Amino acid sequence: MTAESVDVVVVGAGPAGMAGASELAGLGMSVVLLDEQGSPGGQIYRGITLAPLSRRDLLGPDYAHGNVLAKALADTSVRHVKEAAVWQVSRDHQVSYLHGGRMHTLQARAVLLATGAMERPFPIPGWTLPGVMTAGAAQILLKSAGAAPTEPVVLAGCGPLLYLLGWQYLRAGVPIKALVDTTHRDDYWRARRHLVSALRAWPYLRKGLQLMRSLRQARIPHFTGATALAVEGSDSAQALSFSVQGKTERIATRCVLLHQGVVPNIQFSQSLRATHAWDPHQLCFSPLQDSWGELDVPGVFVAGDGGGIGGAQAAALQGRLAALGIAARLGTLGAPQRDRRGVGLRQELNDNLRIRPFLDVLYRPRDEHRIPADEVIVCRCEEVTAGQLREFVALGCAGPNQAKSFGRCGMGPCQGRLCGLTVTEVIADARAVPAGEVGYYRIRPPIKPITLGELAGD
Amino acid sequence: MPTEAPLRAPLFQALASETRSSRRVTLSFNGEPLSVPAGISVAAALLLSGIERFRATPVSESPRAPYCMMGVCFECLVTIDGVPNRQSCLIDVAEGMQVRSQEGARDLPFDMPVVATLEVQP
Repeated sequence: MTAESVDVVVVGAGPAGMAGASELAGLGMSVVLLDEQGSPGGQIYRGITLAPLSRRDLLGPDYAHGNVLAKALADTSVRHVKEAAVWQVSRDHQVSYLHGGRMHTLQARAVLLATGAMERPFPIPGWTLPGVMTAGAAQILLKSAGAAPTEPVVLAGCGPLLYLLGWQYLRAGVPIKALVDTTHRDDYWRARRHLVSALRAWPYLRKGLQLMRSLRQARIPHFTGATALAVEGSDSAQALSFSVQGKTERIATRCVLLHQGVVPNIQFSQSLRATHAWDPHQLCFSPLQDSWGELDVPGVFVAGDGGGIGGAQAAALQGRLAALGIAARLGTLGAPQRDRRGVGLRQELNDNLRIRPFLDVLYRPRDEHRIPADEVIVCRCEEVTAGQLREFVALGCAGPNQAKSFGRCGMGPCQGRLCGLTVTEVIADARAVPAGEVGYYRIRPPIKPITLGELAGD
Repeated sequence: MPTEAPLRAPLFQALASETRSSRRVTLSFNGEPLSVPAGISVAAALLLSGIERFRATPVSESPRAPYCMMGVCFECLVTIDGVPNRQSCLIDVAEGMQVRSQEGARDLPFDMPVVATLEVQP
């Protein structure tokens, strides 16, 4: 297949991808931006250019900010290919994608991976039932379709996105039956030593406090320190049960929205065999990178949450820093110019990231909701339970890749995306070794499902 | 509280502030025609139409519905215009689209020769 040549391919049109692509084009490079969606924004700014004003207003100013990046992108020479499913990125910078039912390949001089985050798996009993979704999924329905639950909903878990969705639902007049918060008083105690650093990122902290205050003022039943979360139901969700201070609670609802933070989407960096390390604070794997986002695969850069969770504003700054790094690598900028231009961005990035240690400790998901009891399904596709995984370990299974041959764990259509971290942590726990030692699934292309017919160019 | 009633109100609905946008398209789900707002994903359209069960798993045939809405979980897989395993959260609705749920494991040999999906090998 002959490949069209381009300076840089950017994968993902969220904040990091939009900002990075714009910066690269501004530096005079030819840029193709590939994204799965029909409009720019990624998940955080999903549908930002299409959302009616009323919806944008409801979602709040942080969402509306996405339009600044989208407008800036539209004013550049960046070729934004929408509805493009990238299924392979090679170590020599070839990028293959499916668009309009046809295969395309680009030969780039450098690649910027801006594939963002996904929500951390929340393996509890009943989490596979219809009616159970992530808070992020519900927020996507709000952003992209202006849709919200018809019945009083239960929000459960912890983390900024959960409270933000609660605030957005309040503004939209969507009834919330309860907020079941897994954050415990001890978590605040543990997080306090990061408060000084967090105070230096005061705008974030203030926003968070305002969110929590509006939820309190709305008198939504707010349970804190909830443990033993379980969804009840046979064919669909009927109730959420949990335990607070030893007392079991049960709230009837058809709609349970779960959230316990976000983790980097590392499908591409893993498939490129870049080195990844276990982050003991964020409890996930992230690719090793230099200060410009370059992986240990020369010419492949990462920016945004895909390289470690930092949030949307940090992602945009990282996108621009990576653009400078790429420009220097391709000889468009000298190293001194790169460094000089990077100073202000890096300062702003560091200021942005000061809130993270506080958030990581405060909203650290509970062990029991990451490393579940035996009966809980871990691999949703192939319906492998935590107990089965532990049996595999007892039989000598040392890591996620062996778990595939022991019982098809991680071999369904999601290619291990949704069970990867749980499998790593369950095996690490059963073997009593660190998660980093257990490692992650070996990810191989195609990263997106493609048919043989499409591959053959039929 | 109604529990397992056969026909239930949709789990999701368009906000009142959204109902002004009037353009709609018609698609079918398992042969039943559905009128849905244009410009939204197939998964969103099915949820707004009261579809709770998108598919049943190949292993135990348990019911499933969208979980992540962003292309990660593959729970929203449906057959669209004869092509199975489409991620309905990533595909926009179109006039005349024929959507079918995927029930359990596929029968082999299946009758469409171009649908073999590459799977990750162990």
